[in-house]
Amino acid sequence: MGYDKRVDGRKPDELRPIVAKAGVIKRADGSAMFQIGNTVAYAAVYGPRDMFPRFLQNPQRGTLRVRYNMMPFSGAGDRVKPGGSRRSKEISMVTEKALLPVLNLEDFPNAVVDVFIELPQTDAGTRCAGICAASIALADAGLSMKDMVSSVSVGKVGSMIAVDLNYAEESYEEGDVADIPVAFIPRTGHVSLLQMDGLIDKESLKRALEMGRKACARIYEIQKKALKERFASSVEVNSTDGNNK
Amino acid sequence: MGELLVQDKSIVVPGEEVAAGMDFLPTEGVYRDGDKLVASRLGLLAVDGRLVKLIPLAGKYLPKRGDVIIGKVIDVAISGWRVEINSAYTAMLSMKDATSEFIARGADLTRYFTFGDYLVTSIVNVTSQNLVDLSMKGPGLRKLPEGRIITVAPNKVPRIIGKQGSMVSMIKDATGCKIIVGQNGIVWLQGEPGQELIAVAALRKIESESHISGLTDRIKAFLDEEARKLQIGQSPIAHSASGGIVPQR
Amino acid sequence: MNEFLKLHIVKWFEKGKRYDGRSLDEFRPVVVEYGVTKNAEGSARVKIGDTEVIAGVKLSVEKPYPDTPKDGNLMVGAELLPLSSPDYEAGPPNEESIEVARVVDRGLRESKAIDTKKLCLIEGEKVWMIAIDICTINSDGNLLDAAALAAVAAVQDARFPEYDGKVVNYKKLTDKKLPIARLPLSITVMKIGDYLFVDPSIEEEKVVDSRLTVALAQDGKICAMQKGGDAPVAIDDIGRMIELATVKAAELMARLKR
Repeated sequence: MGYDKRVDGRKPDELRPIVAKAGVIKRADGSAMFQIGNTVAYAAVYGPRDMFPRFLQNPQRGTLRVRYNMMPFSGAGDRVKPGGSRRSKEISMVTEKALLPVLNLEDFPNAVVDVFIELPQTDAGTRCAGICAASIALADAGLSMKDMVSSVSVGKVGSMIAVDLNYAEESYEEGDVADIPVAFIPRTGHVSLLQMDGLIDKESLKRALEMGRKACARIYEIQKKALKERFASSVEVNSTDGNNK
Repeated sequence: MGELLVQDKSIVVPGEEVAAGMDFLPTEGVYRDGDKLVASRLGLLAVDGRLVKLIPLAGKYLPKRGDVIIGKVIDVAISGWRVEINSAYTAMLSMKDATSEFIARGADLTRYFTFGDYLVTSIVNVTSQNLVDLSMKGPGLRKLPEGRIITVAPNKVPRIIGKQGSMVSMIKDATGCKIIVGQNGIVWLQGEPGQELIAVAALRKIESESHISGLTDRIKAFLDEEARKLQIGQSPIAHSASGGIVPQR
Repeated sequence: MNEFLKLHIVKWFEKGKRYDGRSLDEFRPVVVEYGVTKNAEGSARVKIGDTEVIAGVKLSVEKPYPDTPKDGNLMVGAELLPLSSPDYEAGPPNEESIEVARVVDRGLRESKAIDTKKLCLIEGEKVWMIAIDICTINSDGNLLDAAALAAVAAVQDARFPEYDGKVVNYKKLTDKKLPIARLPLSITVMKIGDYLFVDPSIEEEKVVDSRLTVALAQDGKICAMQKGGDAPVAIDDIGRMIELATVKAAELMARLKR
């Protein structure tokens, strides 16, 4: 018995199809859309800006504030009640911690950088998609950052170690499932998000994390491309325009 | 020995390695990690001899002492005005720096400047905690009359102004608009409707194409073309910024 | 407040032009996309210029309200997400989002757009509940009209999931659509001084004297209204505003699937 073939036919280390785009929300200081499989995340960055209420201000450095939210119609099954839940609060918090290590906020004492992550459609891996989108949006906002952050879930479904579990795999019932969302800082290979639920042995965990790191390196390239395309496209279009005149 | 890992003037993103070896020196937007130079923000790589820096493509205005900027009055306090300046922080204009007139204690400050007013003002001080002080004392500093306000990327301001103001003068001459460009990226315009939209389009064009060579010629050609279209009543920009209802996708 | 901008906008009106070059009765480009999110039973994305909203429909089986035991339930929610504008804050719904939700709700309810009798499964016991949620992606003026249009399009797009009398199987959508009797559309007419115009930009919205949202059914009947803005309006003006709304509603109707 075992899970030797993935439900959607992917190889164990294969990610679902990814689409990433920077600069999708005009009114935001920075923004991005990140889609992986059927999970779609939008992220918008506002700031650095004045922080209210004032007692939350930090005179040493700027504050990063993340809000993760699922749209009411985004989930398979029942409507998600608006207004946040314990789950969304916790994910907001771990997302903040996943992104904070790369941000240079020393130049912005008392100010806040707000990151809003919204999911119109979900199919597992939402916090990871949110982190990927937020990282692109932060760079798009022109913030000073040591690196990007790339994130994916890894895990074990039955006997298979795999990356980017989808909803069907997360809810696999014929064997143990371990779901491990991780985020990597690509240059250093350090882990800035690590959560897990399910059951896994130590050796498998190590292998899963290694697989996650490699997958995140691929995601980083996609994030990079999204940012370059945002500015390159206007360059190309306009330069041919210029040649015609 | 040192080696550039990406081409000069290309777009780089945070975390991207831009050069290897100890010959190159990191400046703005670049940091050293071991023998590598790494980008610390989204920008265009600019190599000047051994110096490597990034010209940012996005980001808020960083207040600098001496800059002449445009700001919006958002609050009237006991002893002055709070002004929004397109930066992470708001600025303060105190009574004593607002006018050479004597203002009696307890006077109604809204008689001078009130909510929603736009001011051409200069930055006289920026503290380590980023408290920004403004002054209205100096040539050209004043409250602006009604007009249009647009915000451009602050790092594009030098290109919009041009050498000795040549770029913005060209737009003013071509469109007959009054234009004031604040160092913080806030721009005030006032002109005839059609002309004003052409001026805005020209500013946006500079903003998006400033890193492609031949900018001045392109902007000149653009202004000539739009002026010609406006004359024969065909300018799509002056007629409508976006057109009517378009067919469903 | 904002006299600076208002004077400039009015100066342009005098010349028959809008701040962005449009004429006074001209909409920005309107785009309607159907089926934009897979987990909703129906969904639509509406863009009006740079304003972008998504509406999604979720269907569930619930108990009917005691006073209407034979009718299905309808609920409209609107979230002005802080993602979509620097002016919005995270937190419980504010006045503006409640107004959007209630104006859209009244347009759908009072036009009898959905035949709620056909949503009854067992009288007094089980009926379908239609929950329509509207979320803003980019808030750049005229949310009221965008939200109303998106809600109607999402209702058009919706299909019932399988239901065996006990459990709703959200994984399987049937071909059965919602019982739509007619389509209502909302148009908001803005007023500054004596000037009437539609589809305000965010700048124009900040300086309007008054506005009137008119929900019109397909047959031209008025089914809901909402006056907003701080200034009162004359009866004659209301007549003119409704005339303009009627013309524009017909234009927008052409953007919807038949």
